[in-house]
Amino acid sequence: MDQLDNDRLVWMFTQMLRIREFEERVKRTFEEHPGVIRGHTHLADGAEASIVGSLATMKPGDQLMATYRCHGYPIALGTDTKAIMAEIYGRKDGLCGGYGGSMHLVDPGRGFMGTSGIVGQGIPQATGLAFAAQLRNSSRPPTPEPPQVVLSFFGDGASKQGAFHESLNIASLWKLPVVYVMENNNYNVSTRSEQEDANAANGEPLSVKAAAYSMPGVTVDGGDPVAVYEAVGAAADRARAGDGPTLVESKVYRLSAHGNIIAPPGVPLHYPEHEAITTFGNREEYEAALRGDPVPRFRARLVEQGVLDPARADEIANAVTEEMEAAVQFALDDPFPEPEAAARNDYVYA
Amino acid sequence: MAREIPYIAAVQEAIRVEMERDPTVVFYGQDVAPSDEDPLVQAFGRERVRVSPISETAEIGMAVGLALAGYRPVVELLMTEFMLVAMNQVVNEAPRLRYMSGGQVKVPAVFKAGYGFTAGWAGQHTGSIYGMFMGFPGLKIALPATPADAKGLMAAAIRDDNPVCYLINYLMVLEHGDVPEGEYVVPFGEAAVRRDGSDVTIVATGWTVGRALAAAETLAQEGIQAEVIDPRTLNPLDTATILASVEKTGRLVIADQGTRHGGASAVIAAEVAEHGFGSLKAPITQVTALDVTVPYSEPMEAYVLPNEEKIALGVRQVLGEAPVAA
Repeated sequence: MDQLDNDRLVWMFTQMLRIREFEERVKRTFEEHPGVIRGHTHLADGAEASIVGSLATMKPGDQLMATYRCHGYPIALGTDTKAIMAEIYGRKDGLCGGYGGSMHLVDPGRGFMGTSGIVGQGIPQATGLAFAAQLRNSSRPPTPEPPQVVLSFFGDGASKQGAFHESLNIASLWKLPVVYVMENNNYNVSTRSEQEDANAANGEPLSVKAAAYSMPGVTVDGGDPVAVYEAVGAAADRARAGDGPTLVESKVYRLSAHGNIIAPPGVPLHYPEHEAITTFGNREEYEAALRGDPVPRFRARLVEQGVLDPARADEIANAVTEEMEAAVQFALDDPFPEPEAAARNDYVYA
Repeated sequence: MAREIPYIAAVQEAIRVEMERDPTVVFYGQDVAPSDEDPLVQAFGRERVRVSPISETAEIGMAVGLALAGYRPVVELLMTEFMLVAMNQVVNEAPRLRYMSGGQVKVPAVFKAGYGFTAGWAGQHTGSIYGMFMGFPGLKIALPATPADAKGLMAAAIRDDNPVCYLINYLMVLEHGDVPEGEYVVPFGEAAVRRDGSDVTIVATGWTVGRALAAAETLAQEGIQAEVIDPRTLNPLDTATILASVEKTGRLVIADQGTRHGGASAVIAAEVAEHGFGSLKAPITQVTALDVTVPYSEPMEAYVLPNEEKIALGVRQVLGEAPVAA
């Protein structure tokens, strides 16, 4: 694992800000441009540190798979935010041409191999990517490049799926180069972990599940990008060395509701308040999470450590605001796909 | 050069030949080569030939991941019903990712399994359930009915850039037939006309192809010339060949081991009813399994399945030479 120098730390802060601002603009779209976003969106606000700290460990050739809560990964990897926003708006020049939408972003050229919209189902696919990485690692000629690893992102709810358990078993059995990053936001939509997870109900971290598959399990503060970087980086090092997978439980707090409201066409969509408030009436829990918001927390830390000048931080923030404003404008101006494009058989069949 | 080998050997030969020509082909699954003495392990090593736990969701999901990464996995799933355990990966992941990505990724994976093992395996291991896969665009379905097709369709499945359900009829595994040596590919979407005829078209799938050919011989003795068409793949489905035959004969009998409702037969009947109605001189007859779970006891099992006699009866009915059952 490389040491994080000041440039890298500022890069991490910048990516966290970009993800936050992008998600804010998605959320604002529901009010500013009603009807422009259809279906269901899921925001990564609150998980920026976990996403960026994880992706900062990636080397050339590494890959990842994620869930329907997927905007943050391609943003940090450098995918054009105009294309991502246009995809969410269902436009022609969207990242996936309007075929996928918010839940199905893909950018294979940057190692982002996709998502599943179904809870837990991306985990075996990421495990298959790791099988492929193992085959490539073992068959390639000597090279100074490090062996390749795969990052598998999923939520705490997914760890109750058979797909999770089956995948961890095989990955450990075959020593596949994969890091399982569980973003534990403590809520399955509106159900709290201790209501549906035996470990959580018994006061244990969810990372104990790793022990059942003879792999290391660690729990880390997902609000601290450096801590995440170190935990995922150590796991990636282990995977690159051929020692197999690790389960990293990254504890985050989702700062928005699970998603925008679910309603039939004609009903204006919006983001309700967080389930801590709407379901459990626990406003204090949510406000405490806001006080611990990882983005300003990391900014304050970098400023305090002298890594980042406050004026420079403001410049970065202004540039990010401009970038996301441009993304929104681009997506609004971009035409819809031709309806007939829906029947493009070459996208269905090879 | 062709020589006679069993259907099941033809399947294995295709996998071996394709693994030789393409280093990205990997083969794994339940009970695949547990011994290091296995010929495939000897030939290709433990990296590319693996035995997996009984974890269908992981096995199939990993095939999707391997395929996304540029490999061509062949997953041994043994029984088509075992895919039901992992239905989301089979129908809602593998065939949809190419489309949802706007063509950025592709998923070349083969899901290999047996079906139709109506040999006393009762309700959960005998099904001919491939009809349900026809409703998932992007998912291809191959039903080889001869040893040569068993080889050629497997080669085509491995080379295809889409996920393929490659389904072996377990009643046919020991049937011998001429199979070409070396590389041999049977393209998808091209039906085979197994027998020429002018009076009636019988579209038959998998195991029922042989039953239809036998029925056609019986009918020939009665002066009825049946044309027998084997679609070979249900998705893509070669409706053009079927429609051309119906245009010639004016009559259609469909023989399929699957159920009547929601099955392959219903889809073929609907295509011909819509696009070949002007050619039809009689209603289409479907000779399928009954809409029941396949029972264990032999007489009951036989009762629910199509067979040579039922196909011949169906032909006589569309020709007006036998009463149509109420």
